[in-house]
Amino acid sequence: MKKVSLVIAFGLFIFSSFSQTTDNHAPAVKKVPSVKLKDMNGKSVNTADLFDGPVVFSFWATWCSPCKKELNTIHELYETWQEETGVTLVAVSIDDEKTKSAVSVYVNGKSWDFEVWMDTNGDFKRAMGVNNVPHTFLVDKEGNIVYSHNNYAPGDEEKLYQEIKKLTGK
Amino acid sequence: MIKLFVSLLVVALSFSYFSQGSFSGNVESTFQYLNADSVIGANQPPEKALLNSYMNVFYTNGNFRAGMRAESYLPRIQGYPDRFDGTGIGMRYVGYGNDFVDVTLGSIYEQFGTGLALRSYEDRALGYDNVLDGIRLIVRPYKGVTLKSVYGYQRLTFREGRVERSDGIVRAIDAEVHLNESFPKMKEFPLDVVLGGSFVSKYQRDDNPDLVLPENVGAYGGRTKLRYKNLYFDVEYIQKEQDPSADNLYNYNWGHACVFNFTYTKKGLGILFSGKSVDNMSFRSDRTKDLQDVFVNYLPSLNKTHTYNLVSTLYPYATQPLGEVAYQVDVLYTFKKGTKLGGKTGLTLSANVSTTYEPIRHTTGFAGNLDRVNYKTVPFDKSDSLYWRDINFNITKKINKQFNFIVSYFNININNDVAKISNDASGIIASHIGVLEMAYKINTKNSIRAEFQGLFLRRKEDGSINDKGDWATVLLEYTISPNYFFSFMNQYNFGNPSTEKRVHYPIITCGYIREATRFTVSYGRQRAGLFCVGGVCRFVPANNGLTLSFTQSF
Repeated sequence: MKKVSLVIAFGLFIFSSFSQTTDNHAPAVKKVPSVKLKDMNGKSVNTADLFDGPVVFSFWATWCSPCKKELNTIHELYETWQEETGVTLVAVSIDDEKTKSAVSVYVNGKSWDFEVWMDTNGDFKRAMGVNNVPHTFLVDKEGNIVYSHNNYAPGDEEKLYQEIKKLTGK
Repeated sequence: MIKLFVSLLVVALSFSYFSQGSFSGNVESTFQYLNADSVIGANQPPEKALLNSYMNVFYTNGNFRAGMRAESYLPRIQGYPDRFDGTGIGMRYVGYGNDFVDVTLGSIYEQFGTGLALRSYEDRALGYDNVLDGIRLIVRPYKGVTLKSVYGYQRLTFREGRVERSDGIVRAIDAEVHLNESFPKMKEFPLDVVLGGSFVSKYQRDDNPDLVLPENVGAYGGRTKLRYKNLYFDVEYIQKEQDPSADNLYNYNWGHACVFNFTYTKKGLGILFSGKSVDNMSFRSDRTKDLQDVFVNYLPSLNKTHTYNLVSTLYPYATQPLGEVAYQVDVLYTFKKGTKLGGKTGLTLSANVSTTYEPIRHTTGFAGNLDRVNYKTVPFDKSDSLYWRDINFNITKKINKQFNFIVSYFNININNDVAKISNDASGIIASHIGVLEMAYKINTKNSIRAEFQGLFLRRKEDGSINDKGDWATVLLEYTISPNYFFSFMNQYNFGNPSTEKRVHYPIITCGYIREATRFTVSYGRQRAGLFCVGGVCRFVPANNGLTLSFTQSF
């Protein structure tokens, strides 16, 4: 009996809080959560810190071939993308200790100009709700996640770029 | 069940109250319907159908955060730890953090340094989760200084919808200083220096009637990271006190683990040289456990993580926690556009060599010791007994905007007597693997990709075939950006010494992706093998049937 009343009490609570939500007309926006990471050069970064323009977070790993295809494709387009929209790409490596040291080898060997962050224990990956890589998020300059895509097939970069242009009104 | 319901309500309640904050999370669900297939040795479970699911929900509002994961095994899919069953809460925490302090109560994922002393993490694909349940406090008292402390019990398993914890408790502290941030004078200094140290201790009651076991066992050590222009060097050394366990047959030796990495990189070139020495470093919060259970520390294997089917799943290698000495060299070079080899679009060359050997154990003078200290080792003192060797290289070339290819060669040697991978082999299994991958972009949305892989085993000295013989794999994939993919893969064991076992393993997979939602359907045969992520492996039995999977991020 005690349990039942407990459940009912909680149910009522829930109900009241939900109605509160609708009253406020403040639906939860998905913001980039704050996680403290290091970038590839050992500098501390806070994932929630804002950039000047739109940001693309691309979760990848050195052992993920579609991820590398996606980032290599964007690498070739990156200069144009930056000039036209001011977008920054952050390649978030989920490589753990086993393959972490190969990240700078790959990134520099491929001459990528992206920001590269190291999410060695998967904290940012978890907080962003990433199931598997590649997973790409587009974030506006207020830190709101406006688009995401969980896969890479050739041509997906065009769709991503359309979304970036939509965001910047270009 | 009521308890679960109530806790779900509590979480939902607290989330909905703070409607100003931000939610995120993800869900994954995998369903299997399996057929019996005697040719490949696949069994049909009595339930015929299996279902694994989990959902993470995270909430943040300013400095406050909370999160939970519901898990469900009805029953677990094949290859998952066999004691996972039921539906319940697998992880939950609340936390508060600002720039000075950060405190978390509940489930904690944490890694100190390179993880040689402590790492709690999860890999849902493997069903691996050694999360610590307790409290973590992080303090950043001064610029560049981070102090961490963790106290808790590790997750052992998930039975009848409840997490069961390990027997022993884990207590740990870690300190790290980034000198260039802490000392203003060093800010512009070209040499970047990070120093760190950790101390991890576990307590487990001594319930052994025959031996006097240490109940509190410590593991501690230090690390440094140095960066100077294009050069980078890091090293960590951890030693472990006497820790008699089922793994080391209750010896009273000390243990050590040491890993170093040296890299030189510049635009177009990357070089890595790594080394590792491990002895008696199985460090679990329950000394009686085996396999992948309740490791407090993480000992990564020092080799490249391969992705091609025949390379990654037939002969993978995982660290031998009882002892090994390993080295790795990894090089990547890009010939620029316009150079002779680079042509119009550039060309990338990469090579990787990794070797692992048994360490030398000096046993002279230890025989008949009553203190159960059996041998002496010196870090990086290796014998000639090979555990693993992988020599591989690949060439990536883009011909034009439509067409590109990758050619790869792998020479893999694995010692099946030590890193047991097959019941049909003995000694070193030596394989040559060649892979040709080609991709063609038909137009902006449609692309095709093909992989041709061949694995050839070296015969034993008596001419017999070690293990299951030669294999070939063909993979064809068609993608329509951004929503669809279709793939067909066939693995063929054409070189099996017994002709009736020369079996095809065809499998078809189709997927639909819309933004952060992904559905896949696959039907066909899957070979038994080791499935590894990040150097941790689990055995997946052969199966034949239908797999449906759904993932969503939000």
